[in-house]
Amino acid sequence: MEKKVFTRPRYLKDAVFHYCPGCGHSIIHRLVAEVLEELEIGEKTIGVPPAGCAVLAYNYLDVDMGEAPHGRGAAVATGIKRVLPDRIVFSYQGDGDIAAIGTAETIHAANRGENITIIFVNNAVYGMTGGQMAPTTLPGQNSTTTPGGRDISRDGAPLDLSQMLAIARGSAYIERTSVDSPKNIRRTKKAITKAFLTQMEGLGFSLVEILSACPTNWKMSPVDANKWIKDSMMNTFPLKVIKDKTNEK
Amino acid sequence: MTEKQLMRGSHVIGEAAVRAGCRLYAGYPITPQNELTEYMSGAMARLEDGTFIQAESELAAINMVLGASMAGARAMTSSSSPGISLKQEGISYLAAQELPAVIVNTMRGGPGLGNIAPSQGDYFQATRGGGHGDYRVIVLAPASVQELADLTRKAFEYADKYRTPAMLLGDGMIGQMMEPVVFPEPVDLNKLPPKPWILDGAIGRPSRIILSLLLDTTVEEEHNWKLVRKYESIARDITSAETFMTEDAHLVVIAYGTAARIAKGAIKRVREIGLKVGLLRPVTLWPFPKRVLIEMSRQIKDFLVFEMSTGQMLEDVKLSLEGRSNIHFYGRPGGIVSTPDEIAKEINSLYHRQHLEED
Repeated sequence: MEKKVFTRPRYLKDAVFHYCPGCGHSIIHRLVAEVLEELEIGEKTIGVPPAGCAVLAYNYLDVDMGEAPHGRGAAVATGIKRVLPDRIVFSYQGDGDIAAIGTAETIHAANRGENITIIFVNNAVYGMTGGQMAPTTLPGQNSTTTPGGRDISRDGAPLDLSQMLAIARGSAYIERTSVDSPKNIRRTKKAITKAFLTQMEGLGFSLVEILSACPTNWKMSPVDANKWIKDSMMNTFPLKVIKDKTNEK
Repeated sequence: MTEKQLMRGSHVIGEAAVRAGCRLYAGYPITPQNELTEYMSGAMARLEDGTFIQAESELAAINMVLGASMAGARAMTSSSSPGISLKQEGISYLAAQELPAVIVNTMRGGPGLGNIAPSQGDYFQATRGGGHGDYRVIVLAPASVQELADLTRKAFEYADKYRTPAMLLGDGMIGQMMEPVVFPEPVDLNKLPPKPWILDGAIGRPSRIILSLLLDTTVEEEHNWKLVRKYESIARDITSAETFMTEDAHLVVIAYGTAARIAKGAIKRVREIGLKVGLLRPVTLWPFPKRVLIEMSRQIKDFLVFEMSTGQMLEDVKLSLEGRSNIHFYGRPGGIVSTPDEIAKEINSLYHRQHLEED
């Protein structure tokens, strides 16, 4: 007797990802879809894709999706959630989107304790525009706008937005994970689940920062890219639960 | 509250918005329109389903409105000139994504930080789209407190009907002014036409996408043509202007908003000394009342455009008339508000310079 052990999640459309080989977005999309299905919230969920590679998330995630201007995901999600407080609202944002152009919107949404969830994909580079320096680019890391490597005396140091958000009183749950290995992918799924549960229980702002590979712009093979996450990115952005006040009530 | 009452302009916009069914307001402090933001903070709190957010920036405010609109609510933001510049990003997206929203601009002296005095320096920004891309915004120009109430209601109705942003364009003078006003009855939100496009969760229906990224150029082109067809139908349906003492006029002043009130005062003065002068007041700035103007040019050979700017609506008058009549201009920028006497003198001088008494 045949037993089905792997299938496309219900809230992932039958479409071919446009993402590059080794890119973390496909994995993270799938995790989001799996969590929405497992929590049985797909039909009451509204997603807000960013400007960046993941803008096309609406081609893959089979839930209502409303595109935000670059960086404004938290503000758009705020508007949706305030009008429809019984729905589940999440934004999906990259590092440039959330930690550079959208810093203010994100910090203030967290500070107000907006009951939304943010999936923050950190790949240390502006992907869609071709590999410019991101706020999260590591010291010494080459990018098309830091050809000699990021010089922190000139370009500033990597910005730890998640840590900044943890200071805001309204944030309830913030965790940094990675999709560089099967073990970390499973942890990421747990974190995404917890983030949505935080929102479902009305506890406030939740965010999962996910370290994710961009082999194309890093100019590495997918295997080397995942190794670079572990050996380099995690030193600057250590994986941990940054804030959890979900048990405080 | 349907009886006549004395109210400040800014508060009237707020009350009219609530009665029009506005359920989310997001704004950021800027003078001279803070009274509206403050009014909305109280008014939204009194509603069971109202949301007021003092946003961290104008960018955030307009994007909260964008989100609320996606979710199906009637939503509004307001600001004054420098803040409206910041909102242009969101207004462009609202237009592109065909989302209704109401934006109030209480214009002040500019450019730059300028001053907080009444001005009409944002006409180009309002009527030419304002943000990036090939689009238009419905622009309504109230000239009295009663009209603030009436046009606020219409702004919400037009925005919903055409799925496009609508702007109420006033200035600090009309915002601060107190006049009698009668409000329309509150709308019953349950009786508004359904919005079969909103994002409220794909329960029992396929999932929906609201976007403006159209990577296929032919699709983007068709989307732009679709917007143009919509704008054409808006122009056919809602274009509006008021005429005052134009029947026997030899000279017609064209002015909107506060400038039109001043012009009216001036016209009453010059009428007393026998000058045959009338007023054309565009109520919709976009769409501009081109046909009314063309029709009028059959009898009127001289128009005087008066604005609290160096001449912006002037261009629409020229584009409408295409050389049919003589177009004269008087304007003062930077927050200077001309007096009716000043305009009366200008009219008088022009009237005799053009030998209009001989007609």
